[in-house]
Amino acid sequence: MRKIKVRKKILIANEEYAAKNRAFLKDRKLPCLNVISSPGSGKTTLLAKTIETLRGKLSIGVIEGDIQTDIDAKRIRKAGAPAHQINTEGACHLSAAQISYAFHKLPIDRLDLVFIENVGNLVCPSTFDLGETDKIAVLSVPEGDDKPAKYPMIFARAAAVLINKIDILYATDFNIKKVKADISKLNKKTKIFLVSAKTGEGMKQWCDWLEKRAINKRTKSAKKTRPRQ
Amino acid sequence: MHEASIAQALIETISAEAKKQKGKPVAAKISCGAFSGVNDEALRFAFEAISEGTVCKNMKLAIEQKPIQARCKKNGHTYVFDLHKPRCPKCRCEDFELLPDEPLLLEEITFEDK
Repeated sequence: MRKIKVRKKILIANEEYAAKNRAFLKDRKLPCLNVISSPGSGKTTLLAKTIETLRGKLSIGVIEGDIQTDIDAKRIRKAGAPAHQINTEGACHLSAAQISYAFHKLPIDRLDLVFIENVGNLVCPSTFDLGETDKIAVLSVPEGDDKPAKYPMIFARAAAVLINKIDILYATDFNIKKVKADISKLNKKTKIFLVSAKTGEGMKQWCDWLEKRAINKRTKSAKKTRPRQ
Repeated sequence: MHEASIAQALIETISAEAKKQKGKPVAAKISCGAFSGVNDEALRFAFEAISEGTVCKNMKLAIEQKPIQARCKKNGHTYVFDLHKPRCPKCRCEDFELLPDEPLLLEEITFEDK
């Protein structure tokens, strides 16, 4: 028997595509947010509402990831944004190579912001870097307030957490204080938004944050590139 | 379930290494950070299924899970992070930062003697 030390990253192929995606976005000063949640947390409704709220302010494109069907892409197009649907045919997460391809299926040079709606799953998608600017976690009230403690990986890495469906808080035992405390233990920098995509409550704060980030990214990158011009 | 993608990538990496080494791999050791969310049993199951018909068939996998570490901001002590008791075991304070998660690594491969 002979042993050899390898010390190689197992997901190196995915990471190489992710690095390519990151460079592609950086070149275009384009922010890209990878939205991750359980199935049924209301990601698509939230994105549709976000697109409607930011109409005329930000031009948004969406890459939709689902195991099957193009139901979600259709809903996004109906809300007024270009969308490209990826069907993973069984896989529980999107991969960076799929995103590289999908960028070219969107009118990318006309966009101010790209959302990736990952496959509904709180575990797997958080392991796969897509080259996104930031990860966004969505947690909906009926899922229960123990999710950040049970599935810490995504909450530890998210730049923002949206707690959705707060319009039905009254009917549940969901403890917002506990959730906020659990999330901030994992991730002190994350921004937490309480929203209802259905009633529109809290959507303004979320959309203002998005708008600021998209604009900041452009002006910051513009400053950085100026000396080279 | 992302263990299937990980097993696939692992088999590709080991197969490439086996080609280079011109040997039959019999065992491999991998390590992963807790935030990779790898379930040992699911990874072994996926590895066994996907390795069928490849040089990796019948290989033994050793999986080392690396817990999340936190560093106390007051005394610099590094400790294993527990969300339910997130405090420094030395000074009992809750002022900490989480250290970056360990990546998924193929640590070593054992080859059969030629």
